[in-house]
Amino acid sequence: MIRVEGLHKHFGGFHAVDGVTLKIAPGSITGLIGPNGAGKTTLFNLIAGTLPPTSGHVFMNGEDITGLPPHDLFHKGLLRTFQIAHEFASMSVRENLMLVPGHQQGERIWNTWIGRRRIAAEEEGIRKKADEVMEFLTIDHLKDERAGNLSGGQKKLLELGRTMMVDAQIVFLDEVGAGVNRTLLRTIGDAIQRLNRERSYTFCMIEHDMDFIGRLCDPVICMAEGKVLAEGTIEQIKANDHVIEAYLGTGLKNRMIKETSSE
Amino acid sequence: MSVADRTPPWTSSGTCRIGFRLSRLEDGLDFLNAFVAFANFVMLPAVAYGSQLALGALGVTMIYGILRFSNFAHGDTMAFGAMATILGTWWLQAMGVSLDPFPTALLALPAGIAATAVFVLITDRLVYRFYREQKSAPVILVIVSMGVMFVTNGLVRFVIGVDEQRFADGARFIITAREFKELTGLKEGLAIKSTAMLTVVVAIIVVAILFWFLNRTRTGKSMRAFSDNEDLALLSGINPERVVMFTWIMVAALATVAGVLYGLDKSFKPFNYFQLLLPIFASAIVGGLGNPIGAIAGGFVIAFSEVTITYAFKKVAGYLIPAWEPQGLVQLLSTDYKFAVSFGILIVVLLFRPTGLFRGKAL
Ligand SMILES: Nc1ncnc2c1ncn2[C@@H]1O[C@H](COP(=O)(O)OP(=O)(O)OP(=O)(O)O)[C@@H](O)[C@H]1O
Ligand SMILES: [Mg+2]
Repeated sequence: MIRVEGLHKHFGGFHAVDGVTLKIAPGSITGLIGPNGAGKTTLFNLIAGTLPPTSGHVFMNGEDITGLPPHDLFHKGLLRTFQIAHEFASMSVRENLMLVPGHQQGERIWNTWIGRRRIAAEEEGIRKKADEVMEFLTIDHLKDERAGNLSGGQKKLLELGRTMMVDAQIVFLDEVGAGVNRTLLRTIGDAIQRLNRERSYTFCMIEHDMDFIGRLCDPVICMAEGKVLAEGTIEQIKANDHVIEAYLGTGLKNRMIKETSSE
Repeated sequence: MSVADRTPPWTSSGTCRIGFRLSRLEDGLDFLNAFVAFANFVMLPAVAYGSQLALGALGVTMIYGILRFSNFAHGDTMAFGAMATILGTWWLQAMGVSLDPFPTALLALPAGIAATAVFVLITDRLVYRFYREQKSAPVILVIVSMGVMFVTNGLVRFVIGVDEQRFADGARFIITAREFKELTGLKEGLAIKSTAMLTVVVAIIVVAILFWFLNRTRTGKSMRAFSDNEDLALLSGINPERVVMFTWIMVAALATVAGVLYGLDKSFKPFNYFQLLLPIFASAIVGGLGNPIGAIAGGFVIAFSEVTITYAFKKVAGYLIPAWEPQGLVQLLSTDYKFAVSFGILIVVLLFRPTGLFRGKAL
């Protein structure tokens, strides 16, 4: 699905992403973990076309997509969310969602005058879809609210909602769960699993909550200091000495030893 | 009750008696005369000028909101649009086409807009796109736009000359001062210039179309989205080059309409459009850069301030306070200094409310 080869990103002399090579298998939910400043978000930015890489390549289904602008990648089915939620602040929640599907009829200027009925029909479909998505994410009571007025967690849900508006192939989620309450976190987790199964979305998600990762992701990739440290199932990652040292800390290891010994 | 009885007691000494010897009817008429004089010399010109500034400021504010720089070439884009329309008008006049009582320029306007759109799109291709791809800082784009300004300026002067051009034809007045006086019997006349009326009507139509486009069409919404959050717009599949293209086309239309209306109302002289840059920017900034409603409000604020402050109120004062015979013209500022008004308002707004009256993007 996605293949990253020898990707580098230098900010001045600082190597934020330092030779990352990895694969994301189609149909998987891949977790990406690592300490703060490990370069996870930067890696997403490189893959999704938000930043140009210093060197290296990104392939999607065998095609070289390195350096393609984000809107082209969107139409290829590659979507991402932001760690710090972005929204069109002055528009309503519904408008935010309805803007997402690109290449709409109404975008062609002549259709504005001569294709009104087609536009109306299409808009109706999109509106319905937006309503479904909002209901699914339990933000339907906010549909006419200015998106800029949403709370931090609600904005995160809106970010997720955006990816549900189209048929994506692969979605990169940057800490969708951060700042969202526990019950909603379960809902989001279920949503991700359902999209994965029913609509065969591939996911790659950055997350710090190890339980959340453990419930959803296989495989898990751990990054530190711009490099891939380890890759494997959640158990393998949790047991990996490098990962424990760089990220999880010994507390978790002790707890796991206790858990295994008490079983 | 005799007139003398109504004379206020404090004038009974006789010094000011003459001034207050008025019948009630004349009292009312004086007030009306004062109002008509005010409307004739301040309100109507300010409304027309305000509409022209508003259209200009809308163009500046759209460039700022969507392309994220202050376009110093805007005044000269207006001059270019007006020039293209004038050339079209002359051609039509030579062909014997006329739209009487409306000015022939209205017929040439669509062609003028098209020519200006082509011109700004070429400019964008040759100049701005390079800097956009470099992701240059806004301040660099501002300097670049100054270069474009000088080139456009030179081009316009080269093609049409530096002199004043008159191209307004059709009816001059909807109602002349004399007709108004005969109609109402007032001492003061109210002349409604057809170009002023046309300015207001066309401005309303253009603004209505603009707002409909921005709020109701998919492309307009994409443009607002792009202005709101560029990164997110890209990730929502919005094509930035399309947004940029539509922005330029709409800016060309706004600039041409503003330039032609200004030229019809006053006269066309390339240098005047360069000078218009200050009041136009003041309007956009006072209203809040990036905010279309603010641009319109700002246009009228600047226009009213400028006209009011530079108007000689002697006549109006003469009707309202007949006893007072002012020595001077009762003019706060000579018209030679009218640009100081824009400048003053600009400074006050930037000091106390940098985001403008309608909360645009902070400078
Ligand atoms: N635009 C930039 N300019 C300079 N340095 C940057 C830039 N973006 C990121 N960095 C640096 O790159 C490093 C990696 O940042 P990144 O955002 O990728 O971390 P992260 O793994 O997502 O961390 P977190 O878990 O806190 O979100 C950080 O040290 C950061 O300071
Ligand atoms: Mg991050």
